[in-house]
Amino acid sequence: MAGPINWFSQIVSITKFGLLSIPQRRGAVAATVIGIAGVVTVLVGVLSIAAGFRQAMTVSASPDGAIVLRSGADSEMVSGLGRDQTRVIADAPGVARTAQGPLASAELFVIINIPKRSTGLDANVPLRGVESAAWQVRDNMKIVQGRMFEWGKDEVIVGAGAAREFSGLDVGSKIKVGRYEWPVVGIFSANGGAAESEIWADAKVLQAAYNRGDSFQSVYARLNSPGAFQEFKDSLTSNPQLNVKVARQSEYYAEQSETITRLITTLGFLIAFLMAIGAVFGALNTMYSAVSARTREIATLRALGFGSGAVVVSLMIESLLLALVGGAIGGGLAYFAFNNFHTSTMNWQSFSQIAFAFKVTPELLVRGIVWSALIGLIGGLFPAIRAARLPIAAALREL
Amino acid sequence: MNENQSNNGALVRVENVGKIFHRGSEDIHVLADLHLQVPAGEFLALMGPSGSGKTTLLNLIGGLDRPTKGSVVVAGERIDQLSDRTLAAWRARHVGFVFQLYNLMPVLTAERNVELPLLLTHLSKADRKKHVDAALAMVGLSHRAKHYPRTLSGGEQQRAGIARGIVTDPTLLLCDEPTGDLDRKAGNEILDLLQALNREHGKTIIMVTHDPHASARASRTVYLDKGQLSNEPVK
Repeated sequence: MAGPINWFSQIVSITKFGLLSIPQRRGAVAATVIGIAGVVTVLVGVLSIAAGFRQAMTVSASPDGAIVLRSGADSEMVSGLGRDQTRVIADAPGVARTAQGPLASAELFVIINIPKRSTGLDANVPLRGVESAAWQVRDNMKIVQGRMFEWGKDEVIVGAGAAREFSGLDVGSKIKVGRYEWPVVGIFSANGGAAESEIWADAKVLQAAYNRGDSFQSVYARLNSPGAFQEFKDSLTSNPQLNVKVARQSEYYAEQSETITRLITTLGFLIAFLMAIGAVFGALNTMYSAVSARTREIATLRALGFGSGAVVVSLMIESLLLALVGGAIGGGLAYFAFNNFHTSTMNWQSFSQIAFAFKVTPELLVRGIVWSALIGLIGGLFPAIRAARLPIAAALREL
Repeated sequence: MNENQSNNGALVRVENVGKIFHRGSEDIHVLADLHLQVPAGEFLALMGPSGSGKTTLLNLIGGLDRPTKGSVVVAGERIDQLSDRTLAAWRARHVGFVFQLYNLMPVLTAERNVELPLLLTHLSKADRKKHVDAALAMVGLSHRAKHYPRTLSGGEQQRAGIARGIVTDPTLLLCDEPTGDLDRKAGNEILDLLQALNREHGKTIIMVTHDPHASARASRTVYLDKGQLSNEPVK
């Protein structure tokens, strides 16, 4: 009598026959596998742009870091804070302190034009004026070439991403800032974060060059602990001397990257979905041709007593396996072609370029594999049902 | 096999069977009020012109198709009323099929083809091998066990097909034009084999053929024409 073990062995047998017969229909099978690999490559590739961009924007945000802007400002570009305000902010409760004073850096943010290495065309590059605490309020900051600029001098250091993406930012070269030319004295890294896309100078020097008086655009602060944020925020927002917006650095960067990641993610899914429709038809075609080529074999097996349910499951497994092979190839291609591919793009919130690397994360690879599995299952379902419904007597006579 | 026989000693009882195929709006009456009894141990040849319904009748007896009306009882079980799933299990247990075009799996060796029906049993791998070896020996194909169908002659492929048909020791062996694709010499060898299975091993065989030379090997021949059976050839 037929039982679960028997049913399982039927499925194993029929699946095995199907897989063994693949060389006889290798053209159609290869087209399907390549089609699915293409879908997964595009899906994972496009989403790796968004993942890389998001990572660049958030990696340098420390959990106990906060940023203060003028109320209503959604980016540093449109913010403005006077010296008296930045002092109140630095002295607020919750801000961590060292022997040198509070860990808060009042900063200036301007845009300068520098040509991209890839196109030679000018792009907006952020030039940030910082105070000495700037290194302590961010994580993973490190000079990787040359030296730190000297405070009070017309010197700049350049983020590693900016140095890679834009020309004329090597150590020893000079950049034009207003009427002046400032030497690049060092390159710094920020663990791939957004700061790596920036050029840094002494805030006071930058204020003078841009006639900004003693005004800033933001204050970056490190708090005693992540839990100190609410106390810090409440003290600033309830202070009648101030009219400010307070955010955790992580939230601020996530907000800054939202528009572009949403755009890329939506586009990525749209392109992949359209390609997936094509791939489903490819899989359908392959499995229909598999069923058609094996009509008599399948009918023979059913005549011998193999169940139609086992036929359906076996064909679905075959389709799924082919799709998973395609998915794995696509994921591998995406990883080797896109992972850590460096580029830069406009961050519309700050109107400046962000240098970042595509990130093919394990989560994206899993997502690609899931997509390929779905394509395989949908592509296999209808041919499998057709195979199981074929009248045995008629199918036995198929040539 | 006596325990499988129903009353009157008939292993197969086809009663009042009609079969209508629908092609578009047209109804094609292939079998009409047909009666047939096949005792256990008989080698029955079913003859008739093309389109007379021979294979249709064989398919009804083998549980590959269902009659439009009437009943088909094999070994005391009314198979036309079984569900698809039960019928599949019934075929695995009771029927061995031999096809005109052999219907072997091209990706499997002869012995693996013969083993196929045994995959539906709970026999161990070692027991399956014993059965396969015995069936191949019975049809004289042991020396070609490891060969793929494409490397076997037509006669050898049909021997493998017969070995697959008898490997589970089924109640019935149903052969649809088993020599139809073979030359005379290979055809004779297959008929010798079927005759030996019937005479020496007591197999009940129903064979569809249009070849009088083949039907002469059977213990009884019935003729089918216009959906009706007779004991005399149709003029």
